[in-house]
Amino acid sequence: MVGSNPTSVDAIVVGAGPAGAAAATVLARKGHSVILLERGSFPGSKNMYGGVVYPRILDQLHPQWWDEAPIQRWITRRSTMVLTDTQALTVDFRSASWGRPPYNGATAFRPDWDHWLASKAEADGAQLVCSTTATGLLRDERGQVIGVTTDRPDGELHARVVIACDGVNSFLAKEAGLYGDVDAANYTVGVKETIALPKEVIDERFGVRDREGVDIEILGGTSGVNGGGFVYTNLDTLAVGVVLKLPKLAAQQQRPEEIIANLKAHPGIAPLVEGGEVKEYSAHVIPEAGLSMMPKMTGDGMLVAGDAAAMCLAAGIWLEGVNFAMASGMYAGEAAAEALTADDTSAVGLVGYERRLNDTFVLRDHRKLRRAPSLVLSDRVQHLYPHMIANTVERMFRVDNPTPKPGLRRILNEERKRAGVKLKDLAGDALDGLRSFG
Amino acid sequence: MTERWPELSFEDLIGTTRFDIHERAHITVDDEICADCSTRGCVVACPANLFVPTSDGGILFNYEQCFECGTCYLVCNEEGAITWTYPEGGHGVVFKRT
Repeated sequence: MVGSNPTSVDAIVVGAGPAGAAAATVLARKGHSVILLERGSFPGSKNMYGGVVYPRILDQLHPQWWDEAPIQRWITRRSTMVLTDTQALTVDFRSASWGRPPYNGATAFRPDWDHWLASKAEADGAQLVCSTTATGLLRDERGQVIGVTTDRPDGELHARVVIACDGVNSFLAKEAGLYGDVDAANYTVGVKETIALPKEVIDERFGVRDREGVDIEILGGTSGVNGGGFVYTNLDTLAVGVVLKLPKLAAQQQRPEEIIANLKAHPGIAPLVEGGEVKEYSAHVIPEAGLSMMPKMTGDGMLVAGDAAAMCLAAGIWLEGVNFAMASGMYAGEAAAEALTADDTSAVGLVGYERRLNDTFVLRDHRKLRRAPSLVLSDRVQHLYPHMIANTVERMFRVDNPTPKPGLRRILNEERKRAGVKLKDLAGDALDGLRSFG
Repeated sequence: MTERWPELSFEDLIGTTRFDIHERAHITVDDEICADCSTRGCVVACPANLFVPTSDGGILFNYEQCFECGTCYLVCNEEGAITWTYPEGGHGVVFKRT
């Protein structure tokens, strides 16, 4: 033991992201002493994402959260685009009700969002300690986790329970043996440019006003690397970026920033984003594979939440993560408080965590959509279907006089063959899609 | 595809990101293992372009402008070539608040 009198608290939460802040809030409200540890100089300083958060889970933790949350714009318009090199098919949806409380999604910067959420935990009595990296776990002779080591002098921190919310690379969950083999195929890297444009220009280009915002998700447009693209409207910046499957990215020749440049130059995207000034370039790894990659969530004296537990939902039409982080953190906090009160923080005492995950959207959504991540990132969906779909639509709307119209079924069949899609595979993927999303 | 306005150089692009650099390198690379590596996924995949092949077959890397994302060690298929930890608390990348 370093130091004669190490700090000891009821709970240490490692990582002041959305999961950690939610866990610390719950524990502090129940009267437990809790340290919220953050390696960045402020919460959120290490965190980036594409840009959309779905905060309804905060109704429970912070009612009327929309009055104070640091959002950029409320998403009132969602577009899904399918791109080939020269074509773009867009399905576009608007809802005025998403621009009113309780809202649906919002764009927000993670340094703003995470900072705000952690400040709420602090206000509830959690002790936020920044600029401090947890470097490992402390265990007792039976192997139960009893704290963490940090990179501060005399930096041992003791606690009856440790909640690892230390992000996608979670060295603590790996050290605890909660992860099996780590496979790069389960991860993507998200890379983004934040591009400044005057608010009026964004309003005009995207057809919105006031605090209304647009979320564009893109299939194709990633230069042949399995993944996806996005354009989101902030107040006076755009978030433009790509998400790239790691082994596919590593096995070809184009770098991430070149793939973003290609997307920005696409005829369907360029008119939206051109002329702006890049304010920040950023990147982060995403746990993409859902249920199949999740670690064990519970150990003796330890829980894992948020990205550390691989809770991102990357299911094509649903791309969520911060909401799963906030929810899992909240449930980890509740279960830890329960265990502390019962004076049993072994894995058995902490069983309330997985029960809550199983009973709520956190694992129910992931179980329901367990096939979706691999289907969405499959070679056919990524490389063949965009051509098949875009060419079908192009011929559907092309007036080829004097040739008579061929009929939709014939076009689809011809374009399926031209794209190299076997009917058997298409039927299989359609069934898979129905089973995943239905 | 047409370019409608000039792209930033990579140096200018990553120059938009703030880094508070610590003197300790939080990534280390084993040159001998990398010299024998034929795939070198890190070179193309690292979003910060920290891994640069040299003419003599080695890999030059720096740790300073690192997003701390983990891509490099995840794509590295040579056991032990890349050792990766977080930088000292309070150092490394600082994404901006508005």
